[in-house]
Amino acid sequence: MFDAGVKLPVPAKAPRFRPATQESPAVRWLLIGIAVLGLAVLVVAPLAAVFTEALAKGWAAAVTSLTHKDARDAIRLTLLITAIAVPLNAVFGIAAAWFITKFDFRGKAFLITLIDLPFSVSPVVAGLCLVLLFGANTALGGWLVAQGYPIIFALPGIALATMFVTFPFVARELIPVMIEQGRVEEEAALTLGASGWRIFWTVTLPNIRWALLYGVLLCNARAMGEFGAVAVVSGKIRGQTATMPITIEMMYNEYLSVAAFSLAAVLTALALVTLLLKTALEIRHADALAATHRH
Amino acid sequence: MGRPLLQRSPMPGLGLSMGITLTMLSIVVLLPIGALLLRGASFGLGNMWEVVNRPRVWSALFLSFRLSLLAAVFNLVFGVLLAWVLVRYRFPGRRILDAAVDLPFALPTAVAGIALTALYAPNGAFGSLAREVGVKIAYTQWGILIALIFVGLPFVARTVQPVIEEIEREVEEASATLGASRFYTLRHVILPMLAPAALTGFALALARAVGEYGSVIFIAGNIPLLTEIAPLLIVIQLEEFNYDGAAAIGIAMLLISFAMLLAINLIQIWSRRRIGHV
Repeated sequence: MFDAGVKLPVPAKAPRFRPATQESPAVRWLLIGIAVLGLAVLVVAPLAAVFTEALAKGWAAAVTSLTHKDARDAIRLTLLITAIAVPLNAVFGIAAAWFITKFDFRGKAFLITLIDLPFSVSPVVAGLCLVLLFGANTALGGWLVAQGYPIIFALPGIALATMFVTFPFVARELIPVMIEQGRVEEEAALTLGASGWRIFWTVTLPNIRWALLYGVLLCNARAMGEFGAVAVVSGKIRGQTATMPITIEMMYNEYLSVAAFSLAAVLTALALVTLLLKTALEIRHADALAATHRH
Repeated sequence: MGRPLLQRSPMPGLGLSMGITLTMLSIVVLLPIGALLLRGASFGLGNMWEVVNRPRVWSALFLSFRLSLLAAVFNLVFGVLLAWVLVRYRFPGRRILDAAVDLPFALPTAVAGIALTALYAPNGAFGSLAREVGVKIAYTQWGILIALIFVGLPFVARTVQPVIEEIEREVEEASATLGASRFYTLRHVILPMLAPAALTGFALALARAVGEYGSVIFIAGNIPLLTEIAPLLIVIQLEEFNYDGAAAIGIAMLLISFAMLLAINLIQIWSRRRIGHV
């Protein structure tokens, strides 16, 4: 039947084949074009504007403005606030994740909702809440001021405001990861006689370290840049309660454009470093992060 | 007899983890919010209504809500498109594009605010282009809308992305073998699967935009009745030491954001039921 001598007619060029589960190349490139153009205009352009405005009068002017006392004080205060707020929120995140994932109790969903609450409260309202609790004209605040511990218009208020707006970050990242990992490994360690702290340091922490780092990274980025909540509680005292974002606002309103944008450029550079680290974590340790971040 | 309040467990650290969780949650979040509600209660419902029921407050609340809704709708469409492009297509620079989506999360709001103002001011790069066609962006409602689009940009893309990754190709193939066009498959098979996640992102973007302050106040111009947002009113009341007035507007904003989240949750439950468990 099959004669080797017969040659089937082969078309000079096979027609291009497109899988039925793909868009046509024209549509594909159109969508990519819209995405790239949209992000360039909406996100990349503002980023570039920070640096061009900072360098509008040259490098020297930008660097000089950063060595000014107001700028240095602001950088120092922001670093201090971050060094207080982020570790405290990390401790909270670990404790909350342990409590929620290692034990069974009623009202767990409600507790998770409460932890997420700060994400749906306006930062300005968050600051307002703190003023109404700790302000000098309230019962608690007045008593604290009398004891010599003012909260509002002072460092503790700024730290509390920063903690409020960044409160859920670490817990939110750890809870899904620890639910997925279950309790089997901890239970095994328990039957082998390990103490609670030993279980945490040698079993749990190595399992959650990348997720913890990821949560801390997000918390840190937001903590350094928080504006609305801090603006309400800080009182904006130069050299004392003016964080970097607050100082940027004050300089901008005084038409010190180069100084404002130079300080903004420092924060932007830190944001870019955060993104870089975050992307690196997502690529190298995708399996260790919460399901929603998988790539 | 129902579940016990707390099931017995041999796992260590119950007291410590529960203690830290509840203490910190109370000090940082619950007590301050309680103080706001208490202040409102002692001020009285009638008095609070008097504060809120003024043209300036209504127009600020309405402006914040309306522009946030517009920005969230824009981000809903653009976010789904972004997620689709980032997951399904391979092209040079995809990783950079993916990282750029997160920039609005990482960039401090005050920095975003002054940067957007510099761009869209009449003498800025985009502002001067707009001026040539006779449009003013900065210091108008357009400026506020652009700032709100910026801060809400990542939410929908980031919630939808993992869902697209998990869609099984077989579903699309089945649809195609049954004779559906690609557009029909996207519209009637893919889009319904993305709807719940997209709505979640939409809700998050909306909640964020309604409360947004830092990125908006620089570009808004802050003219009463025209470009004054609700959070700014609270700041103004506080600067006048009118704590009762600030509390009244703060509670109104809390109520609006909770009502919105509730509505979105109901829509989500409804859409899950209609489409099945996805």
